[in-house]
Amino acid sequence: MQKYAINIAFFVGCLLIVLAAQFGMVDLYVQSVIMFMGINIILSSSLNIVNGYMGEFSCGHAAFMCVGAYVSSVVTVVLFAQNKIFGAPILPPDMAVLFMPLAILIGGLVSAVVGILVAVPSFKTRGDYLAIITIAVNYMVISGIENLEIIGGSRGFMGMKQVVYAMSDVVNIPWMMIWTILGTVFTIWIIRRFVSSTYGKGISAICQDEIAAEIMSVNTNKMKLVAFMLSSGLAGIAGGLFAHVIGYVNPQSFNILKSTECLVMVYLGGMGSLSGSVLSAVLFTLLLEALRPLQIVKWVIIPLILVLLMQFRPEGILGNKELGDVFPRLKRYCRFK
Amino acid sequence: MSLINIDEMTQRFGGLQAVSKFDMELQGGELVGLIGPNGAGKTTIFNLVSGFYQPSEGSITFAGKDTRGLKPHQVTAMGVARTFQNIRLWHDMSVLDNIRIAQHYRLGYSVFDSFLRTKRYRKGEERIDSIAWEMLEAMDLKEFAHELPSNLPYGLQRRVEIARAMSTKPKLLLLDEPAAGLNSADVEGLITLVRWIHDNFDITIWMIEHQMKVVMSLCQYIKCIDFGATIAEGTPEQIQNDPTVIKAYLGDDNI
Repeated sequence: MQKYAINIAFFVGCLLIVLAAQFGMVDLYVQSVIMFMGINIILSSSLNIVNGYMGEFSCGHAAFMCVGAYVSSVVTVVLFAQNKIFGAPILPPDMAVLFMPLAILIGGLVSAVVGILVAVPSFKTRGDYLAIITIAVNYMVISGIENLEIIGGSRGFMGMKQVVYAMSDVVNIPWMMIWTILGTVFTIWIIRRFVSSTYGKGISAICQDEIAAEIMSVNTNKMKLVAFMLSSGLAGIAGGLFAHVIGYVNPQSFNILKSTECLVMVYLGGMGSLSGSVLSAVLFTLLLEALRPLQIVKWVIIPLILVLLMQFRPEGILGNKELGDVFPRLKRYCRFK
Repeated sequence: MSLINIDEMTQRFGGLQAVSKFDMELQGGELVGLIGPNGAGKTTIFNLVSGFYQPSEGSITFAGKDTRGLKPHQVTAMGVARTFQNIRLWHDMSVLDNIRIAQHYRLGYSVFDSFLRTKRYRKGEERIDSIAWEMLEAMDLKEFAHELPSNLPYGLQRRVEIARAMSTKPKLLLLDEPAAGLNSADVEGLITLVRWIHDNFDITIWMIEHQMKVVMSLCQYIKCIDFGATIAEGTPEQIQNDPTVIKAYLGDDNI
């Protein structure tokens, strides 16, 4: 029992949040902050696979989020909502309850496929040059979607709220909160299992010495493909959740600024530290909300914090250690595999 | 069938001929040396054999298969392992992880098995774990299993690198200047280690070395190259007394 103390505490905490949302004890604002926290955790920990564990520098993470957001939104809206272009729903809206996680996963899969756009150039290029390619991919995706009139072009795409309402009509519980929490747990679980397997440690070998990795029988091209696809696929899941939480997507919300936000979270938490990414995503979300009264000035304060961090603790909050390595006692209360 | 047959292998970098018409045939089980002055093309030959470069001309046949066009990791999977002149361990991973990752080509499970922790995953991890511990035990590295390589002395790092290469289960082990940067006590240890590996594993060892003590006491057969071309080959005694070798290393009398 003691072994699982933290796991149980986490589960109870999530349950309490959902219950509080259900009975209106926390307002919609707090709910949305919690959901964004989950989405940010997915974003930062998935970017950590590439930037932290594999040591490449991807600064176009929002592109994959964008793909995931649009694909899953289009899927749910076409299937379950009345839309000007796509017409009447194909399936009865009640079924959205069952189909929702599948739609989000489809978004993730498609963005994993788009991740190949970055993975293939990474076979030959690395470092700064690959970073430029990732920025280019970010722009390509955004301009591509801006020019697709059928899904709203630069005006954005909406209708996901109808789907969410349709779900609430069936059973009135905070669905998106539940899916966000599940998506977050799923992401952490997959990444944790991947990077702790010998297979996944191959990407850390690439980070530390690519030539030695290749000579020591690590198929570096395949590992890069796997790492980029996993990272972008999970970002796609974050995008799908984001689209359904907000109920509206616009290509410009996935521009380079969003990618930078992901980068900031990874570097704040520490490269190659999963718990660092989670911690920094939580802190970063709270910081953004706490500084909201400052309005535009907060974009002076937050970069300033980043400057100070890079000056005094360049390795991030946790460096490349996990929380369990910093506080070994925690391991006694937590089993997480 | 010979283990490796290199036939008229030539490598050019632009106008420079780094290796020209290099021939080598090993039957398996030998311990041979490759010597030559700096810049003679020794490491280039190893890079060609391990698949890191593709030869401009000529062929390399390993265990009956042409290795041209194969990626280095495929060549390693066929049974060619190597170490590097300057130690290239993964410095932020424990010694144990270094040795485990070197078995990447025979994990026996896919990425999805690693997500789902299937039976195949557990079997694969157990197998490579036991092989890794066996290797650490054999190479006398057990007590350092959880250390980071960067915290170990240089001589031990070299030993870890050889252990890592050995854990890919090679048929041919290429040692690129294993004695570089070692003190004389470590060199003695290295000689013992290489001889021990050669006696106890079914393996062919091919080494580049500058320290004549190491080459002369270990190798049965030595090849000497200069400017990419073979200038002499034979037993250690023959090489030691060969005038062309002496000339390549020390120059001739006419100044």
